[in-house]
Amino acid sequence: MTVAVEGGSDKTQRGAGPRPGPRPGPISRFRQSYNRNWYAWAMVAPVVAVIGALVLYPLARGIYLSLTDANSSNVGKTIGVNEIPDSFSWVGFDNYTEILSGGDHQFWPHFTWTIVWTVVCVALHYGIGMSLALLLNRKLRGRTFYRMVLILPWAVPTFVTVFAWRLILADDGGILNMALEWAHLPTPPWLSEPFWQRIAAITVNTWVGVPFMMVSLLGGLQSIPSEQYEAAEVDGATPWQRFRHVTLPGLRSVSSTVVLLGTIWTFNQFVVIFLLFGATGAPEAQILVTWAYRLGFGQDPRDYAGSAAYGVIILSMLIVFASFYRRWLARNEKAV
Amino acid sequence: MSTTADLPVAGAAAEPAAVPPRKRPAGKRQLKRGERPRSASVLIHGALITASFVAAFPIGWIAWISLGPDKTDYLHPGDIADKISFENYTTVLNDTEFLQWFVNSLIVALGTCLLGVFIAASSGYAVSRMRFPGHRQLMWTFLVTQMFPVAILMVPLYNILADMGLLDTYWALILVYCTTAIPYCAWLLKGYFDTIPQEIDEAGRIDGLSPFGTFYRLILPLARPGLAVAAFYTFLTAWAEVAYASVFMLSEEKYTLAVGLTSFISQHDTQWDLMAATSVLIAIPAALFFYLVQRHLVTGLTAGAAKS
Repeated sequence: MTVAVEGGSDKTQRGAGPRPGPRPGPISRFRQSYNRNWYAWAMVAPVVAVIGALVLYPLARGIYLSLTDANSSNVGKTIGVNEIPDSFSWVGFDNYTEILSGGDHQFWPHFTWTIVWTVVCVALHYGIGMSLALLLNRKLRGRTFYRMVLILPWAVPTFVTVFAWRLILADDGGILNMALEWAHLPTPPWLSEPFWQRIAAITVNTWVGVPFMMVSLLGGLQSIPSEQYEAAEVDGATPWQRFRHVTLPGLRSVSSTVVLLGTIWTFNQFVVIFLLFGATGAPEAQILVTWAYRLGFGQDPRDYAGSAAYGVIILSMLIVFASFYRRWLARNEKAV
Repeated sequence: MSTTADLPVAGAAAEPAAVPPRKRPAGKRQLKRGERPRSASVLIHGALITASFVAAFPIGWIAWISLGPDKTDYLHPGDIADKISFENYTTVLNDTEFLQWFVNSLIVALGTCLLGVFIAASSGYAVSRMRFPGHRQLMWTFLVTQMFPVAILMVPLYNILADMGLLDTYWALILVYCTTAIPYCAWLLKGYFDTIPQEIDEAGRIDGLSPFGTFYRLILPLARPGLAVAAFYTFLTAWAEVAYASVFMLSEEKYTLAVGLTSFISQHDTQWDLMAATSVLIAIPAALFFYLVQRHLVTGLTAGAAKS
């Protein structure tokens, strides 16, 4: 069957058919490509429509808002039958200079903490995920059971997770502090002091994020042909060398994808921090995203422009990161 | 890590097994390839049991607390054993809007799931099989959409949905969740479709199927593991989302569970026992869904991650 569509026999097939068909020439090639593209475009049209209407247009609108002084008191709204028009004005890059020059005393501290948060979380996700994947990839009694239990944190909705952790970490009478007290260890105020809040946030987010990494890497491990390990073993490679020269390269494409996605997701991890410390929690533990949300929705008057400007800054940082990351990957690929 | 590192040593040490295997006393017998000493097994199981405990403890804990009838029981978890009751559950089910919220969440999550996976699959297929102008940019756009912080889209989305008259409807949330779920799923499924041989498409075309027909009748059934993971991801995204849901759903009877639970915190100030029971009830559908797809999770996820 498949032979029929391959180059040489293609002509014979057509010639034999009842319809002579157009001679292979530029027109038919164009027609063919048009037909193919027509189908392709029809299939991607819904995505383009949804993303265009609900992502790109709002993005443009958000960028516009970030260049104004919009807040909840001057944005147009409808109260009953009265329509109040927009009354905010264009301020150019004022919001950005205000934020980036440290004028609001919030951006740079949050920026630093967001970077620390992202790096630590992704490193923990990847490290723990990798260790568990390596363990689960062995022949082992009860492997399916372990796998199911270990994926569990992923299946639990985040706000349930966070609520459970709040019970565990509660300063007064949380089980963790009870256990620490029992062991005569210090009992840190996990949910009330900035430093410990940060530790708590990282802990919870690690718990949430490991299963995704683990499952992805486990799949990656399973796709590495076992002959490679056998060959390495025959060559006398130590376990560490085998890990370094067989496992890691074999996982490269999976790793690069999950690290990129993990970084983006962690950088924008809204729910964990938002729910763990509430909308009005201490500003020190807020990352850029939750801070931007708070500017736009968690205070009065709502600072739409400032929030949008934060959003644009976050987005640009991620885009810069992603393009550097891809370039770095491409360069590494060549070097190997 | 240390456990993993020293395991294969045993295998390597066993390598000079070119010597014909002799019978040895049980404890010290020569290890075959792939076998490991008992101590290593103990270490592996120890590590995995510890990890499983950490993974399961918070969930088990909340389930335990939910059985205590008093709202201060979380302070004395030991006492719960004597007075286990399902009182919290009956309270939540009978005296709150829980069931209404539950239905709302279910509609939104399943709607997102169906719509999102279908759209993601068709576009993933198009990108995987057809080299049309713009397919590269499309994939890049998908990646970029993953980077959008909630904050930047929230206000404009609110305005758009208000203009379309969709605020406070299920469609508002379904559409918004699709924008976050579709790009990732399309990426994932594109990778999965890449692993399905092109010959199948070609055979389908020769048998007279249109490209849609090929996709629908041949490829989708083959891609079931990938679809299962995409569905799982989409469902969870929608089931657990808080930020959009709390801004776009205005009336109490349209709340999703996520929003409902947050309103619980403010309304029934720190009624931890009821909160715990609600949490357990919320986790159950997600767990069921997870149980249905977990078989496909590893294959489905990797094909995507490995190829994209």
